[in-house]
Amino acid sequence: MEFFRIRTVIPFMKHALVFNVISLVTFLLAVLFLVTRGLSLGVDFRGGTVIEIAYSHPADLARVRNVIDKMNLGEFAVQSFGSSNSALIRLPLKEGLSSAQLSERVMTELKADDATVSQQRVEFVGPQVGKELYENGALALLLVSIGIVAYLALRFEWRFAVSAIAANLHDVVIILGFFAVFQWEFSLPVLAAILAVLGYSVNESVVIADRIRENFRKMRKATVPDVINGAITSTLSRTIITHGCTLMMVLSILFFGGETLHYFALALAIGICFGIYSSALVMASLVMWLGVSREDLVRPDKRTGAAAREKILP
Amino acid sequence: MNRYSAWKYVLIGVALFVGIVYTLPNFFPEVPAVQVSTSKANIKIDNSTLQTVEAALKAANIAYRGETIDPTGIKIRFADGDTRLKAKDVLQQKLGDDYIVALNQVSSSPRWLASIGALPMYLGLDLRGGVYFLEQVDMKAALDKAADRYLTDIRSLLREKKVQYAGIAREGQNVVIRFRTAAERDKANAEISGAFPDLALNGADAGDQFKLIAGLKPEAQKRIQDGAVLQNITILRNRVNELGVAEPIIQQQGADRVVVQLPGVQDTARAKDILGRQATLEIRMVNDDPGALEAAIGGQPALGNDLFTERNGGRLLVKRQVVLTGDRINDAQPGFDGRTNEPAVHINLDATGARIFKELTRENVGKRMAIVLVEKGKAEVITAPVIREEIGGGRVQISGKMNTREANDIALLMRAGALAAPMEIVEERTVGPSLGAENIQKGFDSVLYGFIVLSVFICVYYGLMGIISTISLVVNLLLLIAILSMLQATLTLPGIAAVALTLGMAIDANVLINERIREELRWGDTPHAAIKAGYERAWGTILDSNVTTLIAGLALLIFGSGPVRGFAVVHCLGILTSMFSAVFVSRGLVALVYGGRKKLDRISIGQVWKPAAAKAAGQ
Repeated sequence: MEFFRIRTVIPFMKHALVFNVISLVTFLLAVLFLVTRGLSLGVDFRGGTVIEIAYSHPADLARVRNVIDKMNLGEFAVQSFGSSNSALIRLPLKEGLSSAQLSERVMTELKADDATVSQQRVEFVGPQVGKELYENGALALLLVSIGIVAYLALRFEWRFAVSAIAANLHDVVIILGFFAVFQWEFSLPVLAAILAVLGYSVNESVVIADRIRENFRKMRKATVPDVINGAITSTLSRTIITHGCTLMMVLSILFFGGETLHYFALALAIGICFGIYSSALVMASLVMWLGVSREDLVRPDKRTGAAAREKILP
Repeated sequence: MNRYSAWKYVLIGVALFVGIVYTLPNFFPEVPAVQVSTSKANIKIDNSTLQTVEAALKAANIAYRGETIDPTGIKIRFADGDTRLKAKDVLQQKLGDDYIVALNQVSSSPRWLASIGALPMYLGLDLRGGVYFLEQVDMKAALDKAADRYLTDIRSLLREKKVQYAGIAREGQNVVIRFRTAAERDKANAEISGAFPDLALNGADAGDQFKLIAGLKPEAQKRIQDGAVLQNITILRNRVNELGVAEPIIQQQGADRVVVQLPGVQDTARAKDILGRQATLEIRMVNDDPGALEAAIGGQPALGNDLFTERNGGRLLVKRQVVLTGDRINDAQPGFDGRTNEPAVHINLDATGARIFKELTRENVGKRMAIVLVEKGKAEVITAPVIREEIGGGRVQISGKMNTREANDIALLMRAGALAAPMEIVEERTVGPSLGAENIQKGFDSVLYGFIVLSVFICVYYGLMGIISTISLVVNLLLLIAILSMLQATLTLPGIAAVALTLGMAIDANVLINERIREELRWGDTPHAAIKAGYERAWGTILDSNVTTLIAGLALLIFGSGPVRGFAVVHCLGILTSMFSAVFVSRGLVALVYGGRKKLDRISIGQVWKPAAAKAAGQ
């Protein structure tokens, strides 16, 4: 079985401008949504209390709301969570009331209302910790970006480094855009997913960059767009198979991993899908616009050089 | 052709063997157990304790399945949770308050595995249930308290040295002393800097006012802050011991925070209650009338008196009126009596406390006073010394009838009455045990089903080479679990997701190799050359792509906290094991299958579609 029977080199670069415009538009849309709607920050970053409760029978959300409403705790939310027996209560930060007291008071009231209720999980994050988690997240993103740029610049060339990070940060912004559009909860695991996707998508860029370099050596007379087209075409099959495989695992997490991992898996899935597109099309065309040339890349290299090939072939 | 050197097979074999041994404990289910340990330094858990435990269980007719004794204490395994609860009550009653009897889960893996350090993976709180608190120590309060202490000390020093001052007060975290003349101020400056090297002194003159501002030096501030955190940790540890938690973690995080992790705690409300409670220390006078004490022991305490038990077991009748509370105690430290060299506890009272104490001691020379610790309505007399003389200046020494360890304990308890600084919960994560079990199941399911679909696809798509890829993926999983078990790294739900994700990403290396081999075949290479070229060429790419993934993983490890750190640990380790298994193991397998054949016509790697052949066939 072979899915991709590619007869000729696909002239991706001929349409580079189109791809770039599409990317730019989606990117700007994502930014627009991020600015206008903002991220729906979870308790990790915003601070507050989350209580997961379970009943021995389907939860009556209206009744739960009613009970908490009477407690006068500020702007709270009650939503169903996972199974129909469970519910999630979100409470805002409240001055002068510690988390210990807050969750206990809520549970006491709920127990008085319906004795079958049980507390499954409590998460409380104070305002200071929330701010720190937010800052640490931003710092981690920055560190990953710098690390990747530095590594690619060292291994390849600055044009590849800049293009790869631009293409992949554009993925990150698009994932964030999705979270803004649908107001999905942005929590710590989602941040972890985004960073993992960033590292993973850069793989893709590396594979293509590797091929571009190799093609520059092999295809001595070809033009730059031809070299890039050849590289994308020959790695296309691998790109899609790999991403498809990773996506299978991610979908498995999405379907079986439960509510806690839901948005984590969703962020990964979106990231993987956009990763294919951005590495193959955005990154490669950026490299082309930045004016990469044969002279920049072809240096004597023992590992993948032409000499190595001649040795293998009989 | 594609032979593989023997040492590489040996390496793979060793890795596999170690991997299997260390993965093994994870397959044995956990059984309910009771853990007996102690928080007291003078009590040793040894074979005689074990005999006591066994005898108690036999006497109560409770069947147990086995026992182990290790540095963390004695663990006794039971058939079910009910028996265990019964056993816990029996043992707690038999052993008394000096021992901690806690419920625990113990792996039922054979003893030889545990003896070589092969333990099941260490599950995080989101998988086994429990409580996580991050508590922040209020450092401003700690420094304010220190300044209060110095205020008292400076005042008594100046009086002692007969230095005239116009006024003394605490302003923020500084002590400001006012003088009428510059000469007095200079004299005070010399005395204070001689007596308290931790203070930085600054003069400030305004008109006919001569001021001296005393503030803590930065290094002294740091010492006080560190001390405050350590003291609070000690107090928390004592309180946790009371909860009976099997493997509590209480440790400092950063400059001013304390992490408390209580795995497996079911009653979270009680845990919060005990951790957050305030113990109070009271000083009361002892009623030394022997008749009244006897009457009280007989069940009729005189009006306005309480019958208390001393730490050494003696009974004591104490007047109900509280003369001084623990709030007035700034510090209590163990030490030695300057004259007799006996162990002693040095107590430092604040200004008000010092005044009250002076009056109290003047009026009650020869009588006994009791220092009572009240926690949750339970009162205990820490010590009841005789007042020998009037004590002024707020520096009190309790000595006599105690050894060094007791002095330590008493000092600790007195400090416990007054937390070094208030603490506040700034982060809390509580997971019920049933949710934990559910999380394990969900995590396991996502890995299992994802892996099945992935393997089937790869095997169909790449034929025998796909089977080899799948086997190397299984090896990857095995090694990853073995390393996680070996390091006892905390496995969280995001960590399990990372296992799934790592497998999904690890297939990348195999796909790279297989696609490369197909491509080489397409260009007309012989099978052997194609395999060789495929592995050699793909290696550079695999290395590059894993390094970038590793960068992301490391950043998460550095900046992540809690469950995310669990994700990062697994992610980073998974990248390393996947490189080993994709390159070493799958190469070894290929060499095993194809390497021996001199003449190799084709490789089972799925269909290799050749443009040239297709054209010839008229497609």
